[in-house]
Amino acid sequence: MKPAATQKTLRNKKKWDSVKLFLYVLPFILLVLVFSYYPLYGWVYAFFDYKPPRPFSWDDFVGLKWFASLVESDIKIQQIGQVLLNTFVMSGISLGTSWLPMLFAVFMNELRCVPFRKVVQTVTTLPNFISWVLVYSIAFSMFNSTGMMNTLLSNMGVISEPILFLNQSGPGVWLTQWLWLTWKNLGWSSIMYIAAISGIDAELYEAARVDGATRMKMIWYITIPCLLPTFFVLLMLNIANFLNNGMEQYYVFQNSFNKQYIQVLDLYVFNTAMGAGSYSVSVAISMLKSVVSVVLLVGANTVSKLIRGESFI
Amino acid sequence: MKTQTAAVKAHKHHEARSGGDIVLSIVCYTIFTICAFLCIYPFYYIFINSISSNELSSRGVILFYPEGIHLQNYLKAFQISGLGNAAFISLARTVLGTIGTVSASAFLGFMFTQDKMWHRKIWYRMVVATMYFNAGIIPWYLTMRNLGLTNNFWGYVLPAIVSPFFIILTKTFVESVPKELQEAAEIDGAGIIKIFFRIMLPVIKPILATVAIFAAVNQWNAFQDTLLLVTDNKLYPLQFILYQYLNQASSLAIQNSGSSSSGSLAGVGVTTQTPTSIRMTITVIVVIPVMLVYPIFQRYFVKGIMVGAVKG
Repeated sequence: MKPAATQKTLRNKKKWDSVKLFLYVLPFILLVLVFSYYPLYGWVYAFFDYKPPRPFSWDDFVGLKWFASLVESDIKIQQIGQVLLNTFVMSGISLGTSWLPMLFAVFMNELRCVPFRKVVQTVTTLPNFISWVLVYSIAFSMFNSTGMMNTLLSNMGVISEPILFLNQSGPGVWLTQWLWLTWKNLGWSSIMYIAAISGIDAELYEAARVDGATRMKMIWYITIPCLLPTFFVLLMLNIANFLNNGMEQYYVFQNSFNKQYIQVLDLYVFNTAMGAGSYSVSVAISMLKSVVSVVLLVGANTVSKLIRGESFI
Repeated sequence: MKTQTAAVKAHKHHEARSGGDIVLSIVCYTIFTICAFLCIYPFYYIFINSISSNELSSRGVILFYPEGIHLQNYLKAFQISGLGNAAFISLARTVLGTIGTVSASAFLGFMFTQDKMWHRKIWYRMVVATMYFNAGIIPWYLTMRNLGLTNNFWGYVLPAIVSPFFIILTKTFVESVPKELQEAAEIDGAGIIKIFFRIMLPVIKPILATVAIFAAVNQWNAFQDTLLLVTDNKLYPLQFILYQYLNQASSLAIQNSGSSSSGSLAGVGVTTQTPTSIRMTITVIVVIPVMLVYPIFQRYFVKGIMVGAVKG
């Protein structure tokens, strides 16, 4: 039996040890607070008439004025509608083709020549590691008026005047942007599935082979069903990110011709603030966007819990 | 790998390949050859143009092999205004940013496995939650401005230090290390910092390599933060300089879209720098570090993503 006093100091020491552990991580927690949580305070700008250089005061409180301004006139409604349409279509195409990486991995697994498969895997993941600026640089070099595509087409006698691919306008922009996105991401997104395929029990294939299954049948009845859980998780994550297209891709590709069809929400938020200087409107939009995103995330997570009994957050 | 050898054996022993299987093979090899070509040709195209005669490259006639090979574009590259400084900025932010991110991920990944920490779960969740929300670029920009991090080199590095994804990767890896290792060191009287440096750090090197490569690529490729935070051209990294050249070139292209644009190329010699040659050369300079580092580390990050996949 220890005297009560010793027990108390022991407890204090334990407590101090556990707080000491916390103190070690405290500087990093502060960084998180400053760079990720503190900016949330900026949402108040959505309710104020904020003019950047001037100090901030309660006199400028405008309530929901900026939110109302989003739907105040037909022109505004049309503009926001177009931005939403762009966002929905481009995210929709991505969602609708989210099985592509799975297919890519499945068929890559059918390449029996291992060195060839390794080369293909290395080469097709490479575009994921270059920036959007570089992708645009490539696009520009290959598709401008003296680029490879125009030279090739005119050498073949298909065209006499160069086609200005990059000045494309109209809904075709959606497809072009999807193609660039796929070019950049397809190989990389398939890596998750390649990892999942390597985890499939080889005995399944052995048994199927004994029963005389062809490779196509094995893909259909073994590989793809085994990959569906992975597919499902990634699909839910995609749904949660439906409004988050990011702006970098669209920013570097935008010009006066394609602007109408390329502006997704993230880019619109940026252009509204940095181009037109309307900080408050921009904050209001991104606030609405965040709210919808959180709802989507929670929704997707709930669906995941219901179907797989597992959450992904 | 086992599946593959087993499959090959089975084919040899049991059956002649069925017609369908042969068709499948042909289709697969064709499709993936095309995919590989589509992914690698653009890089090759830009590279051969950057070493070809500048007169030919600006007319766009170099398609499959270089002509009039010279290296003047690279030798003259550092005369391009701002490029040397931009290379330094890119390199500095990549090195410092990677060191910061890797150290923080290693340390936090380890510390967040310490059950004894005061309210450990709250802090861990607080860090991880930042993966799922975002205040938006304007509030972020205003915060950075209030902190004096606009037009400041540290604005590139500090916000990237704590990144939840890398912390999850490291923490998952640390959890796979046997607990006895730490317990034995504790019995020997080692403090937590000593345990981290002496015991844990050597063991988790593989995952740190993964984190390092991701972090370095992120820093090297970063563009958006410059766009938002920096107006001082002494702080522009390579990506931004490249973007500026592209922007100029594309606005020229739009201006000229009515008339034929080849008239202006009359005086171009083999090694005179042209907008095209400058663009292509900078592109190659920006791509090369990624290309060199990437195949070496590929095996690491494939493993890394698998570790990450387990946790989701």
